[in-house]
Amino acid sequence: MPGFDFSNYNRNAALHARGVPLPKATSTGTTIVGCIYDGGVVIAADTRATSGPIVADKNCEKLHYISPNIWCAGAGTAADTEFTTALISSQLELHSLSTGRKPRVVTCMTLLKQHLFRYQGYIGAYLVVAGVDPTGTHLFTVHAHGSTDKLPYVTMGSGSLAAMSVFETQWRPNLTQEDAVKLCSDAILSGIFNDLGSGSNVDVAIITKEKTTLKRNYIKPNERTQKLKSYKFARGTTNVLNEKIIHKADLGNFVTVEEISVTGPGDKMEVDA
Amino acid sequence: MDRLKKGEVNLGTSIMAVTFKDGVILGADSRTTTGAFIANRVTDKLTRVHDTIWCCRSGSAADTQAVADIVQYQLGFFAMTRGKPPTTQTAASIFQEICYSNKDRLSAGLIIAGWDERHGGQVYSIPLGGSLHKQPYAIGGSGSTYIYGFCDSNWKEGMEEADAVAFVKEALKEAIKWDGSSGGVIRMVVLTAKGADRHLYLPDTDYKVRHAV
Repeated sequence: MPGFDFSNYNRNAALHARGVPLPKATSTGTTIVGCIYDGGVVIAADTRATSGPIVADKNCEKLHYISPNIWCAGAGTAADTEFTTALISSQLELHSLSTGRKPRVVTCMTLLKQHLFRYQGYIGAYLVVAGVDPTGTHLFTVHAHGSTDKLPYVTMGSGSLAAMSVFETQWRPNLTQEDAVKLCSDAILSGIFNDLGSGSNVDVAIITKEKTTLKRNYIKPNERTQKLKSYKFARGTTNVLNEKIIHKADLGNFVTVEEISVTGPGDKMEVDA
Repeated sequence: MDRLKKGEVNLGTSIMAVTFKDGVILGADSRTTTGAFIANRVTDKLTRVHDTIWCCRSGSAADTQAVADIVQYQLGFFAMTRGKPPTTQTAASIFQEICYSNKDRLSAGLIIAGWDERHGGQVYSIPLGGSLHKQPYAIGGSGSTYIYGFCDSNWKEGMEEADAVAFVKEALKEAIKWDGSSGGVIRMVVLTAKGADRHLYLPDTDYKVRHAV
Protein backbone atom coordinates (compact mmCIF):
# COMPACT_ATOMS: atom_id res chain seq x y z
CA MET A 1 0.00 0.00 0.00
CA PRO A 2 1.44 3.37 -0.97
CA GLY A 3 1.15 6.15 1.55
CA PHE A 4 2.67 7.53 4.67
CA ASP A 5 4.39 5.84 7.61
CA PHE A 6 2.87 7.03 10.87
CA SER A 7 5.08 5.00 13.27
CA ASN A 8 7.00 8.12 14.30
CA TYR A 9 3.69 9.64 15.36
CA ASN A 10 3.28 6.97 18.05
CA ARG A 11 6.90 7.39 19.11
CA ASN A 12 6.46 11.16 19.44
CA ALA A 13 3.20 10.74 21.36
CA ALA A 14 4.91 8.32 23.79
CA LEU A 15 7.85 10.70 24.25
CA HIS A 16 5.46 13.60 24.71
CA ALA A 17 3.67 11.69 27.48
CA ARG A 18 7.02 11.51 29.29
CA GLY A 19 7.53 15.26 29.06
CA VAL A 20 9.59 15.55 25.87
CA PRO A 21 8.31 18.40 23.70
CA LEU A 22 6.92 17.28 20.32
CA PRO A 23 9.16 18.01 17.32
CA LYS A 24 8.16 21.07 15.36
CA ALA A 25 7.50 20.56 11.66
CA THR A 26 8.77 23.18 9.25
CA SER A 27 5.65 24.95 8.16
CA THR A 28 5.37 27.24 5.21
CA GLY A 29 3.60 30.15 6.92
CA THR A 30 2.91 31.29 3.48
CA THR A 31 1.30 33.44 0.87
CA ILE A 32 0.25 31.57 -2.29
CA VAL A 33 -2.09 32.80 -5.01
CA GLY A 34 -3.48 31.89 -8.41
CA CYS A 35 -5.37 33.75 -11.10
CA ILE A 36 -6.95 32.76 -14.42
CA TYR A 37 -6.55 35.06 -17.42
CA ASP A 38 -7.54 34.88 -21.09
CA GLY A 39 -5.29 32.14 -22.44
CA GLY A 40 -3.88 30.57 -19.31
CA VAL A 41 -3.35 30.67 -15.57
CA VAL A 42 -0.73 32.19 -13.27
CA ILE A 43 0.28 30.95 -9.82
CA ALA A 44 2.71 32.63 -7.43
CA ALA A 45 4.25 32.12 -4.00
CA ASP A 46 6.59 33.75 -1.49
CA THR A 47 9.80 31.91 -0.49
CA ARG A 48 9.89 31.96 3.33
CA ALA A 49 9.79 28.73 5.34
CA THR A 50 9.34 29.01 9.10
CA SER A 51 9.74 26.76 12.12
CA GLY A 52 7.84 28.50 14.91
CA PRO A 53 9.32 32.02 15.11
CA ILE A 54 12.49 31.03 13.22
CA VAL A 55 12.94 31.57 9.47
CA ALA A 56 14.07 28.05 8.46
CA ASP A 57 14.74 28.89 4.79
CA LYS A 58 14.91 32.34 3.21
CA ASN A 59 14.54 31.13 -0.35
CA CYS A 60 12.53 27.88 -0.47
CA GLU A 61 10.44 26.64 -3.42
CA LYS A 62 6.69 26.45 -2.93
CA LEU A 63 5.76 25.96 -6.57
CA HIS A 64 5.59 22.22 -7.19
CA TYR A 65 5.65 20.33 -10.48
CA ILE A 66 2.76 17.92 -11.13
CA SER A 67 2.98 17.49 -14.89
CA PRO A 68 4.29 19.74 -17.68
CA ASN A 69 0.91 21.52 -17.87
CA ILE A 70 -0.15 21.30 -14.19
CA TRP A 71 1.58 23.03 -11.26
CA CYS A 72 0.79 23.35 -7.57
CA ALA A 73 1.46 26.05 -4.99
CA GLY A 74 1.70 24.66 -1.46
CA ALA A 75 1.03 26.07 2.01
CA GLY A 76 0.93 24.36 5.41
CA THR A 77 3.42 21.69 6.46
CA ALA A 78 6.38 21.87 4.05
CA ALA A 79 7.10 18.13 4.06
CA ASP A 80 3.44 17.28 3.43
CA THR A 81 3.05 19.64 0.45
CA GLU A 82 6.32 18.32 -0.98
CA PHE A 83 5.42 14.63 -0.67
CA THR A 84 1.71 14.78 -1.59
CA THR A 85 2.44 16.72 -4.77
CA ALA A 86 5.25 14.27 -5.63
CA LEU A 87 2.96 11.28 -4.97
CA ILE A 88 0.10 12.61 -7.08
CA SER A 89 2.55 13.71 -9.80
CA SER A 90 3.79 10.14 -10.00
CA GLN A 91 0.27 8.67 -10.11
CA LEU A 92 -0.74 11.13 -12.86
CA GLU A 93 2.33 10.31 -14.94
CA LEU A 94 1.52 6.57 -14.79
CA HIS A 95 -2.16 7.28 -15.52
CA SER A 96 -1.18 9.45 -18.48
CA LEU A 97 1.18 6.75 -19.80
CA SER A 98 -1.48 4.01 -19.56
CA THR A 99 -4.30 6.04 -21.12
CA GLY A 100 -2.11 7.79 -23.67
CA ARG A 101 -3.77 11.09 -22.84
CA LYS A 102 -2.52 14.33 -21.32
CA PRO A 103 -3.30 14.59 -17.59
CA ARG A 104 -6.27 16.76 -16.62
CA VAL A 105 -6.41 19.30 -13.82
CA VAL A 106 -9.68 17.85 -12.43
CA THR A 107 -8.03 14.42 -12.25
CA CYS A 108 -5.16 15.91 -10.27
CA MET A 109 -7.58 17.78 -7.98
CA THR A 110 -9.69 14.64 -7.39
CA LEU A 111 -6.64 12.48 -6.58
CA LEU A 112 -5.41 15.14 -4.15
CA LYS A 113 -8.75 15.61 -2.40
CA GLN A 114 -9.37 11.87 -2.04
CA HIS A 115 -5.87 11.33 -0.66
CA LEU A 116 -6.16 14.23 1.80
CA PHE A 117 -9.70 13.26 2.86
CA ARG A 118 -8.48 9.75 3.65
CA TYR A 119 -5.96 11.24 6.11
CA GLN A 120 -8.63 13.43 7.77
CA GLY A 121 -6.51 16.60 7.82
CA TYR A 122 -3.43 14.98 9.42
CA ILE A 123 -1.57 15.61 6.18
CA GLY A 124 -1.28 19.39 6.49
CA ALA A 125 -1.21 20.22 2.78
CA TYR A 126 -3.08 23.32 1.58
CA LEU A 127 -2.75 23.58 -2.17
CA VAL A 128 -3.54 25.80 -5.12
CA VAL A 129 -3.84 23.57 -8.19
CA ALA A 130 -3.55 25.23 -11.60
CA GLY A 131 -3.17 24.03 -15.14
CA VAL A 132 -4.21 23.91 -18.77
CA ASP A 133 -5.48 20.67 -20.30
CA PRO A 134 -7.44 19.68 -23.46
CA THR A 135 -10.69 20.71 -21.67
CA GLY A 136 -9.47 24.23 -20.86
CA THR A 137 -7.85 26.35 -18.15
CA HIS A 138 -8.52 25.42 -14.51
CA LEU A 139 -7.76 26.77 -11.04
CA PHE A 140 -8.63 25.04 -7.75
CA THR A 141 -7.87 25.22 -4.06
CA VAL A 142 -7.58 22.01 -2.02
CA HIS A 143 -7.72 22.17 1.79
CA ALA A 144 -6.00 19.65 4.09
CA HIS A 145 -9.33 18.04 5.09
CA GLY A 146 -10.18 17.35 1.45
CA SER A 147 -12.56 20.13 0.46
CA THR A 148 -12.07 21.89 -2.86
CA ASP A 149 -13.14 25.18 -4.46
CA LYS A 150 -13.14 26.39 -8.06
CA LEU A 151 -12.66 30.14 -8.50
CA PRO A 152 -11.21 32.65 -11.02
CA TYR A 153 -8.71 33.92 -8.43
CA VAL A 154 -7.59 32.29 -5.17
CA THR A 155 -5.29 32.84 -2.18
CA MET A 156 -4.13 30.52 0.60
CA GLY A 157 -1.82 30.43 3.61
CA SER A 158 -1.30 32.87 6.48
CA GLY A 159 -0.91 35.72 3.99
CA SER A 160 -4.14 34.89 2.19
CA LEU A 161 -6.01 37.81 3.77
CA ALA A 162 -3.43 40.36 2.61
CA ALA A 163 -3.29 38.77 -0.84
CA MET A 164 -7.07 38.51 -1.19
CA SER A 165 -7.45 42.22 -0.39
CA VAL A 166 -5.29 42.93 -3.46
CA PHE A 167 -7.38 40.63 -5.66
CA GLU A 168 -10.68 42.01 -4.36
CA THR A 169 -9.64 45.60 -5.14
CA GLN A 170 -7.67 45.11 -8.37
CA TRP A 171 -9.11 42.05 -10.15
CA ARG A 172 -11.28 42.50 -13.25
CA PRO A 173 -12.49 40.13 -15.96
CA ASN A 174 -10.53 39.51 -19.20
CA LEU A 175 -6.99 40.11 -17.90
CA THR A 176 -3.97 39.85 -20.20
CA GLN A 177 -1.01 37.64 -19.23
CA GLU A 178 1.01 40.70 -18.14
CA ASP A 179 -1.95 41.93 -16.02
CA ALA A 180 -2.34 38.53 -14.35
CA VAL A 181 1.38 38.23 -13.53
CA LYS A 182 1.39 41.78 -12.12
CA LEU A 183 -1.75 41.08 -10.06
CA CYS A 184 -0.41 37.81 -8.66
CA SER A 185 3.02 39.21 -7.81
CA ASP A 186 1.41 42.28 -6.18
CA ALA A 187 -0.73 39.94 -4.08
CA ILE A 188 2.37 37.98 -2.98
CA LEU A 189 4.24 41.23 -2.21
CA SER A 190 1.31 42.24 -0.03
CA GLY A 191 1.74 38.97 1.85
CA ILE A 192 5.53 39.38 2.09
CA PHE A 193 5.26 42.88 3.59
CA ASN A 194 2.12 42.54 5.74
CA ASP A 195 2.23 38.94 6.98
CA LEU A 196 4.89 37.79 9.47
CA GLY A 197 4.70 34.20 8.19
CA SER A 198 5.59 35.26 4.63
CA GLY A 199 8.68 36.95 3.27
CA SER A 200 11.72 37.08 0.96
CA ASN A 201 11.08 36.66 -2.78
CA VAL A 202 8.28 36.12 -5.30
CA ASP A 203 8.15 32.95 -7.44
CA VAL A 204 5.79 32.91 -10.43
CA ALA A 205 4.62 30.18 -12.83
CA ILE A 206 2.75 30.98 -16.03
CA ILE A 207 0.88 28.09 -17.61
CA THR A 208 -0.51 28.34 -21.15
CA LYS A 209 -1.71 25.80 -23.71
CA GLU A 210 1.72 25.93 -25.36
CA LYS A 211 4.14 25.90 -22.42
CA THR A 212 4.83 26.54 -18.76
CA THR A 213 7.24 29.27 -17.71
CA LEU A 214 8.63 29.13 -14.19
CA LYS A 215 10.02 32.44 -13.04
CA ARG A 216 12.08 31.63 -9.96
CA ASN A 217 12.71 34.76 -7.84
CA TYR A 218 10.69 36.93 -10.26
CA ILE A 219 10.90 39.76 -7.73
CA LYS A 220 13.56 40.07 -5.00
CA PRO A 221 12.41 42.88 -2.75
CA ASN A 222 14.54 41.82 0.23
CA GLU A 223 18.10 41.62 -1.10
CA ARG A 224 20.92 41.72 1.43
CA THR A 225 23.20 44.63 0.59
CA GLN A 226 26.81 45.36 1.55
CA LYS A 227 27.11 46.76 5.10
CA LEU A 228 27.83 50.47 5.01
CA LYS A 229 30.51 50.03 7.68
CA SER A 230 32.93 47.29 8.69
CA TYR A 231 32.25 45.92 12.15
CA LYS A 232 35.60 44.08 12.46
CA PHE A 233 37.65 45.03 15.54
CA ALA A 234 41.05 46.38 14.66
CA ARG A 235 44.06 44.36 15.85
CA GLY A 236 45.12 45.58 19.31
CA THR A 237 41.65 46.81 20.34
CA THR A 238 42.00 44.68 23.47
CA ASN A 239 45.38 45.32 25.08
CA VAL A 240 47.56 42.35 26.09
CA LEU A 241 48.34 42.27 29.82
CA ASN A 242 50.87 39.42 29.79
CA GLU A 243 52.16 36.74 27.44
CA LYS A 244 53.52 33.21 28.02
CA ILE A 245 54.56 30.85 25.25
CA ILE A 246 54.63 27.03 25.80
CA HIS A 247 56.42 24.93 23.19
CA LYS A 248 55.06 21.52 22.17
CA ALA A 249 58.18 19.76 23.45
CA ASP A 250 57.60 21.09 26.98
CA LEU A 251 53.93 20.01 27.03
CA GLY A 252 54.80 17.04 29.32
CA ASN A 253 55.59 19.50 32.14
CA PHE A 254 52.01 20.65 32.28
CA VAL A 255 49.84 17.61 31.31
CA THR A 256 50.28 13.83 31.46
CA VAL A 257 50.65 12.44 27.95
CA GLU A 258 49.74 8.73 27.69
CA GLU A 259 49.92 6.57 24.59
CA ILE A 260 46.87 4.28 24.08
CA SER A 261 47.24 1.14 22.05
CA VAL A 262 44.74 0.53 19.20
CA THR A 263 43.77 -2.82 20.71
CA GLY A 264 42.84 -1.55 24.14
CA PRO A 265 40.71 -3.29 26.73
CA GLY A 266 37.22 -4.52 25.69
CA ASP A 267 36.01 -6.18 22.50
CA LYS A 268 36.97 -4.99 19.09
CA MET A 269 34.13 -3.60 17.06
CA GLU A 270 32.74 -6.08 14.55
CA VAL A 271 32.90 -4.49 11.14
CA ASP A 272 31.57 -7.28 8.98
CA ALA A 273 30.27 -10.08 11.15
CA MET B 1 -16.59 17.74 21.64
CA ASP B 2 -16.11 20.12 18.75
CA ARG B 3 -18.24 19.32 15.79
CA LEU B 4 -15.59 20.45 13.32
CA LYS B 5 -11.90 19.59 13.41
CA LYS B 6 -9.42 22.42 13.96
CA GLY B 7 -8.99 24.57 10.89
CA GLU B 8 -11.61 22.66 8.95
CA VAL B 9 -13.56 24.41 6.22
CA ASN B 10 -17.10 25.01 7.40
CA LEU B 11 -20.30 25.58 5.48
CA GLY B 12 -22.00 27.90 8.04
CA THR B 13 -24.97 27.83 5.86
CA SER B 14 -28.52 28.58 4.87
CA ILE B 15 -29.97 25.86 2.66
CA MET B 16 -33.49 24.78 1.72
CA ALA B 17 -35.51 22.76 -0.74
CA VAL B 18 -39.24 23.00 -1.48
CA THR B 19 -41.69 21.01 -3.57
CA PHE B 20 -44.04 22.91 -5.88
CA LYS B 21 -46.62 22.09 -8.58
CA ASP B 22 -44.22 20.92 -11.32
CA GLY B 23 -41.24 19.72 -9.29
CA VAL B 24 -38.84 20.95 -6.67
CA ILE B 25 -36.55 23.95 -6.00
CA LEU B 26 -33.26 23.87 -4.11
CA GLY B 27 -31.79 27.07 -2.68
CA ALA B 28 -28.62 28.08 -0.84
CA ASP B 29 -26.43 31.00 0.15
CA SER B 30 -22.79 30.96 -1.00
CA ARG B 31 -20.58 31.53 2.05
CA THR B 32 -17.84 29.11 3.23
CA THR B 33 -15.76 29.98 6.25
CA THR B 34 -12.60 28.87 8.04
CA GLY B 35 -13.02 30.42 11.48
CA ALA B 36 -13.63 34.12 10.87
CA PHE B 37 -12.25 34.07 7.31
CA ILE B 38 -14.53 33.72 4.31
CA ALA B 39 -12.72 31.09 2.26
CA ASN B 40 -15.14 31.39 -0.67
CA ARG B 41 -17.89 34.00 -1.13
CA VAL B 42 -19.43 32.46 -4.26
CA THR B 43 -19.55 28.78 -3.25
CA ASP B 44 -21.89 26.39 -5.00
CA LYS B 45 -23.55 24.35 -2.22
CA LEU B 46 -26.09 22.86 -4.63
CA THR B 47 -24.48 19.70 -5.95
CA ARG B 48 -25.64 17.44 -8.77
CA VAL B 49 -25.70 13.73 -8.01
CA HIS B 50 -27.82 12.86 -11.06
CA ASP B 51 -29.51 14.80 -13.91
CA THR B 52 -32.59 15.73 -11.84
CA ILE B 53 -31.45 14.70 -8.34
CA TRP B 54 -29.46 17.32 -6.47
CA CYS B 55 -28.44 17.95 -2.86
CA CYS B 56 -27.89 20.95 -0.57
CA ARG B 57 -24.76 20.61 1.58
CA SER B 58 -24.19 21.94 5.13
CA GLY B 59 -21.59 21.17 7.80
CA SER B 60 -18.02 20.23 6.85
CA ALA B 61 -17.18 21.08 3.23
CA ALA B 62 -14.74 18.15 2.96
CA ASP B 63 -17.20 15.60 4.38
CA THR B 64 -20.20 16.69 2.30
CA GLN B 65 -18.14 16.85 -0.91
CA ALA B 66 -16.76 13.37 -0.27
CA VAL B 67 -20.25 11.95 0.40
CA ALA B 68 -21.77 13.68 -2.64
CA ASP B 69 -18.93 12.41 -4.87
CA ILE B 70 -19.55 8.82 -3.73
CA VAL B 71 -23.32 9.11 -4.29
CA GLN B 72 -22.80 10.70 -7.71
CA TYR B 73 -20.62 7.74 -8.68
CA GLN B 74 -23.15 5.19 -7.30
CA LEU B 75 -26.10 6.80 -9.10
CA GLY B 76 -24.16 7.01 -12.36
CA PHE B 77 -23.35 3.32 -12.06
CA PHE B 78 -26.98 2.55 -11.09
CA ALA B 79 -28.32 4.38 -14.17
CA MET B 80 -25.89 2.57 -16.51
CA THR B 81 -26.58 -0.94 -15.19
CA ARG B 82 -30.35 -0.51 -14.86
CA GLY B 83 -30.70 1.52 -18.06
CA LYS B 84 -33.01 4.06 -16.43
CA PRO B 85 -32.56 7.04 -14.13
CA PRO B 86 -32.71 6.43 -10.36
CA THR B 87 -35.55 7.76 -8.19
CA THR B 88 -35.03 10.47 -5.59
CA GLN B 89 -35.80 7.92 -2.87
CA THR B 90 -32.97 5.67 -4.10
CA ALA B 91 -30.56 8.58 -3.97
CA ALA B 92 -31.72 9.57 -0.49
CA SER B 93 -31.29 5.96 0.71
CA ILE B 94 -27.68 5.84 -0.54
CA PHE B 95 -27.00 9.14 1.19
CA GLN B 96 -28.56 7.84 4.42
CA GLU B 97 -26.54 4.62 4.33
CA ILE B 98 -23.28 6.59 4.13
CA CYS B 99 -24.31 9.22 6.70
CA TYR B 100 -25.61 6.70 9.24
CA SER B 101 -22.82 4.13 9.04
CA ASN B 102 -20.18 6.87 9.35
CA LYS B 103 -22.12 9.04 11.81
CA ASP B 104 -19.21 9.19 14.31
CA ARG B 105 -16.83 10.52 11.67
CA LEU B 106 -19.02 12.85 9.60
CA SER B 107 -20.43 16.30 10.16
CA ALA B 108 -22.82 16.51 7.25
CA GLY B 109 -26.33 17.96 7.16
CA LEU B 110 -27.86 17.23 3.79
CA ILE B 111 -31.08 17.97 1.95
CA ILE B 112 -31.73 15.78 -1.08
CA ALA B 113 -34.25 16.98 -3.64
CA GLY B 114 -35.13 15.54 -6.99
CA TRP B 115 -37.62 15.03 -9.73
CA ASP B 116 -38.38 11.60 -11.16
CA GLU B 117 -40.92 10.20 -13.62
CA ARG B 118 -42.73 8.11 -10.97
CA HIS B 119 -43.06 10.49 -8.01
CA GLY B 120 -42.50 13.98 -9.43
CA GLY B 121 -40.76 16.41 -7.09
CA GLN B 122 -39.64 15.14 -3.67
CA VAL B 123 -37.59 16.48 -0.77
CA TYR B 124 -35.67 14.39 1.79
CA SER B 125 -33.59 15.70 4.67
CA ILE B 126 -30.72 13.88 6.43
CA PRO B 127 -29.65 15.66 9.62
CA LEU B 128 -26.49 14.93 11.65
CA GLY B 129 -27.37 11.50 13.11
CA GLY B 130 -28.14 9.97 9.72
CA SER B 131 -31.91 9.74 9.93
CA LEU B 132 -34.00 10.22 6.79
CA HIS B 133 -37.11 12.39 6.63
CA LYS B 134 -39.41 12.87 3.64
CA GLN B 135 -40.85 16.35 3.82
CA PRO B 136 -42.91 18.75 1.66
CA TYR B 137 -40.10 21.27 2.19
CA ALA B 138 -36.88 21.28 4.26
CA ILE B 139 -34.57 23.94 5.65
CA GLY B 140 -31.09 23.45 7.08
CA GLY B 141 -27.80 24.97 8.17
CA SER B 142 -27.04 27.58 10.83
CA GLY B 143 -29.20 30.20 9.09
CA SER B 144 -32.30 28.01 9.04
CA THR B 145 -33.10 28.76 12.71
CA TYR B 146 -34.06 32.30 11.73
CA ILE B 147 -36.62 31.28 9.09
CA TYR B 148 -38.66 28.50 10.77
CA GLY B 149 -41.46 31.00 11.49
CA PHE B 150 -41.31 32.57 8.02
CA CYS B 151 -41.43 29.22 6.23
CA ASP B 152 -44.16 27.81 8.47
CA SER B 153 -46.49 30.74 7.79
CA ASN B 154 -45.66 31.34 4.09
CA TRP B 155 -45.26 27.88 2.55
CA LYS B 156 -48.24 26.58 0.56
CA GLU B 157 -48.89 23.20 -1.01
CA GLY B 158 -48.68 23.10 -4.84
CA MET B 159 -47.29 26.58 -5.55
CA GLU B 160 -46.64 27.89 -9.08
CA GLU B 161 -42.95 27.97 -10.06
CA ALA B 162 -42.66 31.77 -9.85
CA ASP B 163 -44.26 31.80 -6.38
CA ALA B 164 -42.00 28.99 -5.15
CA VAL B 165 -38.89 30.81 -6.44
CA ALA B 166 -40.06 33.99 -4.67
CA PHE B 167 -40.71 32.01 -1.45
CA VAL B 168 -37.21 30.44 -1.45
CA LYS B 169 -35.61 33.78 -2.26
CA GLU B 170 -37.40 35.66 0.52
CA ALA B 171 -36.62 32.94 3.06
CA LEU B 172 -32.89 32.89 2.16
CA LYS B 173 -32.78 36.71 2.18
CA GLU B 174 -33.93 36.65 5.80
CA ALA B 175 -31.53 33.83 6.73
CA ILE B 176 -28.60 35.74 5.17
CA LYS B 177 -29.70 38.95 6.90
CA TRP B 178 -29.77 37.44 10.41
CA ASP B 179 -27.11 34.71 10.25
CA GLY B 180 -23.51 35.91 10.27
CA SER B 181 -22.22 32.63 8.86
CA SER B 182 -24.45 32.93 5.79
CA GLY B 183 -24.07 35.42 2.97
CA GLY B 184 -22.99 36.17 -0.58
CA VAL B 185 -25.20 35.29 -3.51
CA ILE B 186 -28.39 33.21 -3.59
CA ARG B 187 -28.20 30.13 -5.80
CA MET B 188 -31.19 28.03 -6.84
CA VAL B 189 -31.84 24.97 -8.96
CA VAL B 190 -35.31 24.25 -10.34
CA LEU B 191 -35.91 20.54 -11.05
CA THR B 192 -38.87 19.64 -13.27
CA ALA B 193 -39.75 17.30 -16.15
CA LYS B 194 -37.78 19.71 -18.34
CA GLY B 195 -34.56 19.06 -16.37
CA ALA B 196 -32.42 21.32 -14.18
CA ASP B 197 -32.57 25.11 -14.40
CA ARG B 198 -30.06 27.25 -12.49
CA HIS B 199 -30.87 30.63 -10.93
CA LEU B 200 -28.43 33.22 -9.58
CA TYR B 201 -29.29 36.34 -7.56
CA LEU B 202 -26.66 38.88 -6.48
CA PRO B 203 -26.70 41.13 -3.41
CA ASP B 204 -25.59 44.07 -5.66
CA THR B 205 -29.14 44.20 -7.04
CA ASP B 206 -30.72 43.31 -3.67
CA TYR B 207 -31.34 39.77 -5.02
CA LYS B 208 -33.99 41.18 -7.41
CA VAL B 209 -32.49 40.48 -10.84
CA ARG B 210 -31.92 36.96 -12.11
CA HIS B 211 -28.39 36.76 -13.51
CA ALA B 212 -26.95 34.36 -16.07
CA VAL B 213 -24.95 31.53 -14.45
